[in-house]
Amino acid sequence: MEKVTRIAGRAAPLDRADVDTDQIIPASYLKRLERTGYGDGLFSAWRKDPAFVLNDARYAGASVLVAGPNFGCGSSREHAAWALRDGGFRAVIAPSFADIFRSNALKVGVVPVRLAPAQVERVMRAVEADPATEVEIDVAAGRVRAAGIDAALDLDEFTRWRLTEGLDDIGLTLRHEADIAAYESRRPTWLPQVAGAPAAEGSARSATAEKSRGNT
Amino acid sequence: MPAACAAPTIVSALATRTGTTLAQKVWAKHVVRSAQGEPDLLYVDLHLVHEVTSPQAFDGLRVAGRKVRRPDLTLATMDHNTPTDDKRPDDLAQKQIEALVRNCEEFGVRLYPLGSPEQGIVHVISPQLGLTQPGMVIVCGDSHTSTHGAFGAIAFGIGTSEVEHVLATQTIAQARPATMAITVDGALPREVTAKDVILGIIARIGVGGGAGAIVEYRGSAIRSLSMEGRMTVCNMSIEAGARAGTVAPDDVTFAYLEGRPFAPKGTAWERALDEWRSLATDDGAAFDREVRIDAASMRPYVTWGTNPAQAEPIDGAVPDPDAIEDGAKREAARRALAYQSLRPGTPIRDIAVDAVFIGSCTNGRIEDLRAASAVVAGRRVRSGMRALVVPGSARVKEQAEREGLDRIFRDAGFEWRNAGCSMCLGMNPDVLRPGERCASTSNRNFEGRQGPGGRTHLVSPAVAAATAIKGAFALPSDLR
Repeated sequence: MEKVTRIAGRAAPLDRADVDTDQIIPASYLKRLERTGYGDGLFSAWRKDPAFVLNDARYAGASVLVAGPNFGCGSSREHAAWALRDGGFRAVIAPSFADIFRSNALKVGVVPVRLAPAQVERVMRAVEADPATEVEIDVAAGRVRAAGIDAALDLDEFTRWRLTEGLDDIGLTLRHEADIAAYESRRPTWLPQVAGAPAAEGSARSATAEKSRGNT
Repeated sequence: MPAACAAPTIVSALATRTGTTLAQKVWAKHVVRSAQGEPDLLYVDLHLVHEVTSPQAFDGLRVAGRKVRRPDLTLATMDHNTPTDDKRPDDLAQKQIEALVRNCEEFGVRLYPLGSPEQGIVHVISPQLGLTQPGMVIVCGDSHTSTHGAFGAIAFGIGTSEVEHVLATQTIAQARPATMAITVDGALPREVTAKDVILGIIARIGVGGGAGAIVEYRGSAIRSLSMEGRMTVCNMSIEAGARAGTVAPDDVTFAYLEGRPFAPKGTAWERALDEWRSLATDDGAAFDREVRIDAASMRPYVTWGTNPAQAEPIDGAVPDPDAIEDGAKREAARRALAYQSLRPGTPIRDIAVDAVFIGSCTNGRIEDLRAASAVVAGRRVRSGMRALVVPGSARVKEQAEREGLDRIFRDAGFEWRNAGCSMCLGMNPDVLRPGERCASTSNRNFEGRQGPGGRTHLVSPAVAAATAIKGAFALPSDLR
């Protein structure tokens, strides 16, 4: 992942709650084999409406999205974070994020910035009133500055370190390979293993040999 | 307050926290490494893989020269983009399918491809194989992985970067979640199914109500559900924003598992049972959040809006946004009614429906098909209605055909399909046309979820079946 130390630029207001990942990128765009090339799918259904904020030329080139609570709910598709990144967004400011989206965004280097609802409201109104409003997310310093707000960035130190160093999560974990191997040696032997186990193709006992039990 | 006064309060607060919850126990058993200020590194007992969210992860391994650490704890199938009739997948879907075949061969991962007797929706096949067991940590690049929590496992959806991480390390780094209890006590009213229980829960707590938490569903109404019903409930935990949903394993769980292909056998079964019985939440344990719901207050629900919390009892009417106090909810309701083309005050039973979809990882199991077939037996779907039944797995299909359910559905005018995600998510040929209104047993009613411009109403299999006959939302008991 590329290092993310500071994001500064203009912001687009998307004043809706519970924006789900099916809206961020509909399923018909998920058939690619790559991690890039999802910009066309970004909010593709909503973009058909000429009045949609991302069709407003004044917000062209915005690098921050300001949205309502529970942003990114629904499907776990990381494509949603890829689409935002491919659409030029480096951060999303919202009162809350869905857990999986938040995690995916951090993997991709799109920073989920959680602010208090009143603060988000203030940024939203400022950006709506003046599309040239500058928003700054200083990941290295752990600050968010916009519309007169200077707030702490709600990211723990470990996450900020990962972002600012652009660290590879797998590489980080593999430093603890010995711990993983030690854990594996302690796992109960009765836990299931897929390979070489009894359910080969067309095995005799149907997996569903459904015992006819009632619904209660 | 002087320390001398404060102390007893603290002691008594601690004294009530003598136990641990199911989720805390399972979590603790999987911590590979824990360090101050870092997420816990958890071991993953089972990693389920499908064609849509995995190709970039396998590519990442290739680029970095990494292997799949535990192919024996990894299982792949194809379900999301696959057609459920006998036609070929489109070119892009075919490429994803071929990529999965290639990746599984190259990395040594067991794959149940299209045509395999074990193929099906990833969250349907793992439980029916007996791979999903109590006390496990299970992940998959799909948010409905929460389904497996019905067995007392911690199971959650992950993104593609995390899929790659799990493939390479068999672990996942996770911040410790909050714990939340949702207790539904009492007897469920007639015609209230597991689907209605979870729709009723989400209607009460909202689409963000479970955010950051592993939910444990408790209480006599939950206990009374079959394993398949519990899977339906846990499946939609993500629709309440929860990190995962769980039900403590009990005799219903053990009876379901015993004898399945991957379930422990002989003395291993006995040892597993001892372990599984120790997982239930201790009596003294406290949850970070608790919600109590009277089972008697549950009704069969129909969603009217574009998020799963926008639901009303079937006896109700489309709400009036102007009557909603919360500004954001009012605006969301307005948008939803415009998208759904519904007028406030319209009785739910007066809403005419164009299509019915019975299937998905929420309601595509054998008991769902039995419930729906019992409603349609000897009846005909309303003229002009498009009605689909899509079994959740090839085994469910086989079982249903053994029971003659396929005949009942076909005779009633339903299409009988092959296993897959089908019309749940609009990425295979089974999609709604713009403006088409669907009574669906799936899990999401988001705008365009079942196809661009399509209008989704989430319901139970019994309501979906009755609606197919009546042509508008109906309960089985409404049919003469």
